[in-house]
Amino acid sequence: MMPGIEPTLTHYLLLSAALLTICMVGLIANRRNMLVLLMIVELVLLSANLNFVAVSAYLSDLNGQVMTMFVLATAAAESAVGLALLIVVFRRRKTIGIDAVNTLKG
Amino acid sequence: MSFLALLFYIFSAILLASALGVIAARHPVHSALSLVLAFFTMAALWILLGAEFLGLALIIIYVGAVMVFFLFVIMMLDTRHPEKIKANWRVTLPPLVLIGIIMFAELAMLIMHGSHAREAMPVPEAGNTLALGQAMFDRYIYSLEVVAILLLSAMVAAIALTHRKNPLAKRQDPSKQMAVKAEDRLRLVKMTAEREEDNESDVSSGNVSLGNKPDGKGISS
Repeated sequence: MMPGIEPTLTHYLLLSAALLTICMVGLIANRRNMLVLLMIVELVLLSANLNFVAVSAYLSDLNGQVMTMFVLATAAAESAVGLALLIVVFRRRKTIGIDAVNTLKG
Repeated sequence: MSFLALLFYIFSAILLASALGVIAARHPVHSALSLVLAFFTMAALWILLGAEFLGLALIIIYVGAVMVFFLFVIMMLDTRHPEKIKANWRVTLPPLVLIGIIMFAELAMLIMHGSHAREAMPVPEAGNTLALGQAMFDRYIYSLEVVAILLLSAMVAAIALTHRKNPLAKRQDPSKQMAVKAEDRLRLVKMTAEREEDNESDVSSGNVSLGNKPDGKGISS
């Protein structure tokens, strides 16, 4: 049963899933740049936030929006620490390519 | 199709296109600008859903602060890769697209399997900023405090990671300060009085000298 043309909760959840899929493909495909990796992580958190906001609007319940605020703050903290780590890596290795940080041979 | 539905589809298309731009752009600046567009579009979608405070906060926090931070880092660092990885898209693209299609199909099956959400979204009431603030500062006040501590620790961590010691800066070293002994600072010497005539003050036997040692290990060490 396909969803109709008027936007329902299913539409929003599908949009969030599509955004998450694009981000995951980007995470796999990215070999050049750790900075873009951090941006993709921001987008993943944003798609999670879209889920929170959509369900909150669907249920007319405000708790989901409060959770979205907390996720936004956590994402900001994550990007700050991630960019600081990126700068440290750049000082050591003179590059921010992902294959430059392979000491653990993972 | 109503106007709101049309807006939803337009914003969704722009959002997905800008997400593709983030992962496909060659230069990181282009990725960052696509990310700005994605944040703007997501804010519009949230306002469409009735979360107008969150949408505006997203624009202010992310477009205003976090993205400027990203652009600063892009400008500071040399983002070119030393050996150009020429990704062979003819080989790598089909598996990526296949992975994406499989992932999205699984998620869509899960989402559309549920019996929920057949009816349209309720029309949001105008203005929930007051209710959001009351919920956040009343019911979630402890969570808010924890988030504040998280932001503080992230700030401390970022500064501690990127801080470099300035070799020219003069600062105290507490371990050296604690290791110093009294003999290093103060030396009692016996010497005869040099002027015999004014010996009314009885200081001739001992003379306290501070510093002025010939080997330079005076009070300044």
